[in-house]
Amino acid sequence: MNSLGIFITIGAFYLFSKIYEKRKAFYLNPVLLSIITIALFLHITEIKYETYMESAQILSFLLGPAVVSLAIPLYKQREIIKAYSKQIFFGIIFGGVLAILSAFYVAKMLGGTPEVLLSIAPKSITTAIAIGVSEKIGGIPPLTAVLVILTGILGNAVGIEILNISKVKDKVARGLAMGVTSHGLGTARIILDDELSGAVSGLAMALNGIFTSLILPYLIKFLK
Amino acid sequence: MYKGLAIVFGFLFIGEGISELLHLPIPGNVIGMILLTLALISKLIDISDVEREAEFFIKNMSVMFIPPGVGVITYWGLIKAQLVPIFVALVVSFALTLVLTAKFVEMLSGGEK
Repeated sequence: MNSLGIFITIGAFYLFSKIYEKRKAFYLNPVLLSIITIALFLHITEIKYETYMESAQILSFLLGPAVVSLAIPLYKQREIIKAYSKQIFFGIIFGGVLAILSAFYVAKMLGGTPEVLLSIAPKSITTAIAIGVSEKIGGIPPLTAVLVILTGILGNAVGIEILNISKVKDKVARGLAMGVTSHGLGTARIILDDELSGAVSGLAMALNGIFTSLILPYLIKFLK
Repeated sequence: MYKGLAIVFGFLFIGEGISELLHLPIPGNVIGMILLTLALISKLIDISDVEREAEFFIKNMSVMFIPPGVGVITYWGLIKAQLVPIFVALVVSFALTLVLTAKFVEMLSGGEK
């Protein structure tokens, strides 16, 4: 029975990916639906999370090499970094800090507990990096994972519309804001809108992941 | 194939080693990513040696988020009690960051022309 965890994880993801391929609606996000389905399944069958993780942890272990692999798209798009160095440099700092501070202080004002504040602070960076950052700063990594995915889904669903309503036309600005705010899921949406916006968004996602993981551990010392 | 995997896992190992030995609050995998990027830029490592393996990991990253995500069930009580701060902060921070970052970068681009 040891292989239960990895089987239901891959099985659920396969099924929901098939559904998503047929009807590309943002609310059919295969990762989120798999998480909800498996969580409900474990709850109903009273199987412990630890039992599930015995084999499922092989998959989460692979996040380590996956994050290292992000060096490849980063390297490949170095020309774009050179071309828009000023916008990218200051945009990442501005957006990266704003994402952390706004989430942290709004949650704090509404009575969020310290572990919730630390879990929500890295919500705008790519899931793989956010989980590691959350762990390092004393947040709850699973909660961070879900919040990151929800932030991505928001960007995927209404990000373009919000940028249009705000009358932002500059393609670099649109892509950078989307990548900084809604990481991979936002990038997947804006790349359909414009190729340059998509490339900048992907870059902004990777760079904000690095930037946030470098500053957040030091920044939270001042926030507490 | 094994050359590419050895490079990816090698940089992961070095990154984790640096993070642990120096007691850095930065995840080891991020340090590994930064070092691999630098190694590619300085031509220490050729992109063709690691490209295929790295792209396999990136393409299949989504399924790796599921097991840690399922862990929310062990925090269900906390999440239920904190539903309002969590979701209001999420939505407000999302909209604020998206709009203000876009406006800020557009201002920077405009200044150049």
